[in-house]
Amino acid sequence: MIGAMLSEAWMAMGANRLRTILTMLGMVIGVCAVILMLAVGQGAQQQVQASIASMGSNLFIILSGSTTSGGVRMGGGATPTLTLADAQAIEELPSVFAVAPSSPGTAQLVYGPNNWSTQVIGTLPSFLTVRDWRLSAGFPFTDSDVRSATRVALLGQTVVRNLFGDEDPVGKTIRIRNSPYVILGVLGAKGQSLDGRDQDDTVLVPVTTAQRKLFGTQFAGTVRFIMAQAESAEVMSAVEKSINELLRQRHRIREGAENDFSVRNLTAMANTAAETAQVMSMMLGAIASVSLLVGGIGIMNIMLVSVTERTREIGIRMAIGARGKDILLQFLLEAIIISVIGCLIGVLLGVGGALAVSKASGMAVLITMASIVTAFVVAATVGIFFGWYPARKASLLRPIDALRFQ
Amino acid sequence: MPEAHEMSANPVIRIERLYKEYVTDAGSVPVLKDVATTVMPGEFIAIMGPSGSGKSTFMNILGCLDVATSGTYLLNGRDVNTQSGDELAHLRNQVIGFVFQGFNLLPRASLEDNVALPLIYSGIPRAERMVRANEMLEKVGLGSYRRSRPNQISGGQQQRVAIARALVNRPKLILADEPTGNLDTHTSQEIMALFTELNERDGITIVLVTHESDIAAHARRLVRLSDGCIVYDGLVVHAAPAHLETTS
Repeated sequence: MIGAMLSEAWMAMGANRLRTILTMLGMVIGVCAVILMLAVGQGAQQQVQASIASMGSNLFIILSGSTTSGGVRMGGGATPTLTLADAQAIEELPSVFAVAPSSPGTAQLVYGPNNWSTQVIGTLPSFLTVRDWRLSAGFPFTDSDVRSATRVALLGQTVVRNLFGDEDPVGKTIRIRNSPYVILGVLGAKGQSLDGRDQDDTVLVPVTTAQRKLFGTQFAGTVRFIMAQAESAEVMSAVEKSINELLRQRHRIREGAENDFSVRNLTAMANTAAETAQVMSMMLGAIASVSLLVGGIGIMNIMLVSVTERTREIGIRMAIGARGKDILLQFLLEAIIISVIGCLIGVLLGVGGALAVSKASGMAVLITMASIVTAFVVAATVGIFFGWYPARKASLLRPIDALRFQ
Repeated sequence: MPEAHEMSANPVIRIERLYKEYVTDAGSVPVLKDVATTVMPGEFIAIMGPSGSGKSTFMNILGCLDVATSGTYLLNGRDVNTQSGDELAHLRNQVIGFVFQGFNLLPRASLEDNVALPLIYSGIPRAERMVRANEMLEKVGLGSYRRSRPNQISGGQQQRVAIARALVNRPKLILADEPTGNLDTHTSQEIMALFTELNERDGITIVLVTHESDIAAHARRLVRLSDGCIVYDGLVVHAAPAHLETTS
């Protein structure tokens, strides 16, 4: 019975090939759009999450100050107010896991015939802990390197590529601002940061080396910023409070006066970015779902026309013994076939389109089985739902009315 | 009504006090008024009457395509008025074979698929459907056209296919509504010869509506309707009467 009905449905669809294809097209575009949008949205989300993971977890960044000098407020970082001693004091606070003071600057690097300008960060070995950064080759510098301000460096992947090409840089000597530095190790790849910078385009040196030999400082021992890692996400707000109190005390800031530093919760900012990406992804999905809905209405529209056109045929079938449910099944089968085939083509086009987009534009896309299954199931349901009404309308016709219909 | 029929077994059709009205904007229009009749197995009845006499409505009610406003209709012993939609479909499928004036074949289906169509709704498997459909096509002399489409054969041949379709479920009763209305005289005679053969050889009860006396002449019993009432019910008078039907 079902077999006979399937072949009849197939025949009816074949009789109106162009119309069937156009109806299917609505479904195809809907499913394709949903899969494509989900792939792009989830790709962006994944990229943000990867950036967050590359940043390190439970992080604070403490920036030196907005000071006020004679009523003129100077803005963040204008005055170096943070020192290595501040960093040490913060490290002694409870629930603080690691602290890395940083003195960044820009410098020209030379190796053989190659040169490269990049960001050089003077910091402590704990920087690698805080940023959850591993070495891909060699060893990190040590506290004794920091104490004696030796000329040693760790290179990021981008720097290695530009200075050394395929050569192994560990143990080689490069020149930073014309002084020789021994390469101790190579940092693992991190990729893009949340704001789109290449995190691998960087060089780490001991903070004392940067302060005394590379960039110099306005006052002895000052650093541009301090990164601090809390032990867990739960203690973040307590740690933020205690850092504030500690630094106000250390900097002798009076009650009511403004801070000459600022503490930022990077993890909170990252979470905001992640939420934004997720909202984006959902928005894209929602917009694509509209086209799916339109596709479903297209099916209903065509099926209604088809029922009207074939009223006489329905009458003949009823006269020779078709029950209402036979007619319902016949038209429902047509809707099912159209939506299922449309869905399948849509899935193929959507996946192919997503891959093409990522290849052509370099945009990150993520195609998950869940998004394919969701799109397919939702689309098939929409198609069948919208096919059901016309099918039911056909099945409720009175035989004599259907037979007399001209 | 001939006495002979009252003596045999259960009637195929038994109708009492049948009324049918159509409700229009101008009020209700009575089409059938107090119709009563009984059809016994093996009868061959022609229903005649002028246009508007209610004969088509009568046929539609007999065929369970339409329902009467009031009255009793027993088909094969079952009260049609108490049957559900599915049960009526079952009756149309199993008990009745329909032959229409306009053939009413499905244009896209092959002749064998057309003939096999009622069997789909009886839930008969495909292999058996095809065997029985082809048997029926052979029976009406169109065995070699099984893969053709309805538009590739003549009107007379199409009506033969329609008759094959009506017969395929081995019904007790064939209802034919002006089966020769769209055919020329010669072809009409051939179709009527087929009906006569089905009635005489296979014992199938046939009720047909016509407005041509020479078609009605093939039947053995004549029911004449006028203005919604049966005005004559008896043997077919073979000589063409003076009040020959001219309307359709």
